Amino acid sequence: MSAQVRVVSGGLSTTVQDLGRTGRYAIGMPPSGAMDQYSFRVANLLVGNPEGAAALEATYIGPSLEFTDDRLVAVTGGDAAVTLNGEPIPMWSSTQVRSGDVLAFGMITSGARPYIAVSGGIAVPEYLGSRSTYTLIGLGGHEGRTLADGDVLPLGDGSTGEAGAVVPDELVPQFPSDIDVRAVVGLCSYRLTEAALESFLSTPWRITKDADRVGYRLRGGTLDFVEREQPFGAGSDPANVVDLGYPLGSIQVPGGDEPIVLLGDAVTGGGYVTIATVISVDRDLFGQAKTGDTIRFRDVGIDEALAARADRNRRLDRIRSALA
Amino acid sequence: MPTIPSPLPGVFYRRPAPDQDPYVNEGDQVTEGQTIGLIEVMKNFSELKATAGGTVKEFLVEDESDVSVGQDVAVLE
Repeated sequence: MSAQVRVVSGGLSTTVQDLGRTGRYAIGMPPSGAMDQYSFRVANLLVGNPEGAAALEATYIGPSLEFTDDRLVAVTGGDAAVTLNGEPIPMWSSTQVRSGDVLAFGMITSGARPYIAVSGGIAVPEYLGSRSTYTLIGLGGHEGRTLADGDVLPLGDGSTGEAGAVVPDELVPQFPSDIDVRAVVGLCSYRLTEAALESFLSTPWRITKDADRVGYRLRGGTLDFVEREQPFGAGSDPANVVDLGYPLGSIQVPGGDEPIVLLGDAVTGGGYVTIATVISVDRDLFGQAKTGDTIRFRDVGIDEALAARADRNRRLDRIRSALA
Repeated sequence: MPTIPSPLPGVFYRRPAPDQDPYVNEGDQVTEGQTIGLIEVMKNFSELKATAGGTVKEFLVEDESDVSVGQDVAVLE
């Protein structure tokens, strides 16, 4: 019998994810993949997997999992009390599990999404080059859906390495509930009045209950558009433009009062004004932001966005060498 | 006194549907595991269950208002 992990309970919304189904945007296929790519990669590094191996992403309420052979596991991301057979185990480190052991989660205390990597990876079939789940149309991952009680997931071959690998404290991210996010203003920011753009950048936006892998809807202010006669194909709402592709992380403002930040499972195009785009590194912050948290946007240029990406790569390099 | 905390952030509802009666009222007896409300987040409605048996002394969160993770929703005695 090949190795498996049994899902005792699925949690609120747990999916199989990897680094994402990239390169298919032109056919309208969003990348999906781990919402917090840093925590995801580190989880794999801790158990000796390739960084792109499939792992589990939980949201708010983690799953409980029963193992059927010897493995290493690591939990990173949002903080929750993690237990093995009822005993607490540390996050951001690797732990040995044996057949019959049960990994479980308490209530989340900060962040939103714990990641669970298992040595060997979750061996669901690839679809279009990725094991990521895209639940909206039910493809990828485990049967294209969130995990349910009683599911059985196949595991890949994983040499059981050494338990006890630990991520240095200074490389473990913090997940505050008041978050600063960097964004590049555009593509359609010209549609906002100058005052509205200022207001967008100075408003503390609150994350509503409508915040999932598709996007996060925010509330807290209203934004006025420059008056104009709408061009053919844009419709009558001033928040509409003629259709365009939506960049990942782009912020649209249907109606002018509830910005939506588009994330990994989002639609790839449409006719809403996109007023700014969250830089790729800071999309991780949305992966760990939860309903009720506060977001402030800070306007940055492309150079600062690229510097932030280089900085994150350096932090990952440090973890790779610390765990090598 | 035991309390019933929300395991989720979201919106708390005391009724299964807008035109139906509340699951429980203040002063009602509940048993452990009994549903006392719903929490809506990410287009999901999760049942909020009593963490212990007892009498519902007080709801600390208004119907249809925001609730954060770990926030006490009701007090039992």
